[in-house]
Amino acid sequence: MSPEAVLDDLPPALAELVEDFNAVSAKERLQLLLELSDELPALPERFAGGLADMEQVHECQSPLFLAVEVSEGVVHVFFDAPPESPTTRGFAGILHTGLDGLSPSEVLAVPDDAPYRFGLGEAVSPLRLRGMLAMLARIKRQVRERVSP
Amino acid sequence: MTLPLDADPKLAQYAHPQRLVTTQWLADHLGEPGLVVVESDEDVLLYDSGHIPGAVKVDWHADLNDPVARDYVDGQRFAQVMGERGITRDTTIVVYGDKSNWWAAYALWVFSLFGHDDVRLLDGGRAKWVAEGRELTREAPSVQPVEYPVVQRHDAEIRAFKDDVLVHIGKPMVDVRSPGEYSGELLHMPDYPQEGAMRGGHIPGARSVPWSRAAAEDATFKPRAELEAIYLQEKGLSPQDDVIAYCRIGERSSHTWFVLTHLLGFPTVRNYDGSWTEWGNSVRVPIETGPDS
Repeated sequence: MSPEAVLDDLPPALAELVEDFNAVSAKERLQLLLELSDELPALPERFAGGLADMEQVHECQSPLFLAVEVSEGVVHVFFDAPPESPTTRGFAGILHTGLDGLSPSEVLAVPDDAPYRFGLGEAVSPLRLRGMLAMLARIKRQVRERVSP
Repeated sequence: MTLPLDADPKLAQYAHPQRLVTTQWLADHLGEPGLVVVESDEDVLLYDSGHIPGAVKVDWHADLNDPVARDYVDGQRFAQVMGERGITRDTTIVVYGDKSNWWAAYALWVFSLFGHDDVRLLDGGRAKWVAEGRELTREAPSVQPVEYPVVQRHDAEIRAFKDDVLVHIGKPMVDVRSPGEYSGELLHMPDYPQEGAMRGGHIPGARSVPWSRAAAEDATFKPRAELEAIYLQEKGLSPQDDVIAYCRIGERSSHTWFVLTHLLGFPTVRNYDGSWTEWGNSVRVPIETGPDS
């Protein structure tokens, strides 16, 4: 495992993904990312036609919108990205799998550099990874806004 | 073992019709010996999410850029990239990709640095193939590795470096970035990540022609007359001109290089791949701001 793959400060689902990614070759990591892209849940009905109410992540190379809801102490994250942007969808899939269902304080405790721990720099290029850093930062900011009085 | 040319009348109007094929031509010739189809995209996973049957992937970052120096791969590595994909020196290569073929044009330009003779673009790229409901597959092609010779890269003819640009100032240049990047308001493409330029603006004397003006709605190249109206009539370029095109890292300007060289037949066009990420960070190079006049 690469030295940057620290796990002990990550929530369990995210730590498991970091382990999965680091257990395989760079080429297989792309396949994992593609699977997460395929499995990214579609937007719920209530967001239909409502992209204007979602937040656009300008740091991504392709259009990505995200929304965060906090209900009864549980965080839910929603993403919308086109199928022609599988890398961006894959990043969204990582964050959905890793963060959805956590408490606000657990989401806020996720280190900002977590996107670097999947070993994707080599396979995807560090530049493209910035999109995931920006998604995480925007999710955390939205969670902070939702829970502050 | 070269494949026949596409005799489509739209392609025949261009200066070098042998550099393009239509989706129909490709569908008719898929699988023929001597042809290798290459997909080159901005999105590194797009190929894996479904590609033209039998096509191989060339990633601009992983396969064409040197992993250490800011340069392209050398002859040794290029031979490996090509050979692994079943490409010989005589293979007819058809390149296609996303974003109106801008990364495909970049790959074609790099292949041209190595003097690969028969390399063509799929007019309309991936978007047109998909829009026509043609087949995509996730099945990995079975490729028989072959021997590609180690050839020297020849930069001088079609690649410009910063020093070339400095002495070129005063002669025609085309800045193919967005108007906001050209004027200096933006340091990166709208909706794209900031990729680190200290200063905004353009190289003095460069005319602004965003690359996408050469592409039609369906991602094909515009007809020759429309291209001439933009580059010749509107911007005053002439086919005899010595032209340099640039953008941010040389990808979008590869698309314009292709248009000027192969569609309009300018014999002397160079792509400045250092582009704004080099110029906008260089000490004491001249910069102009404001819109194109």
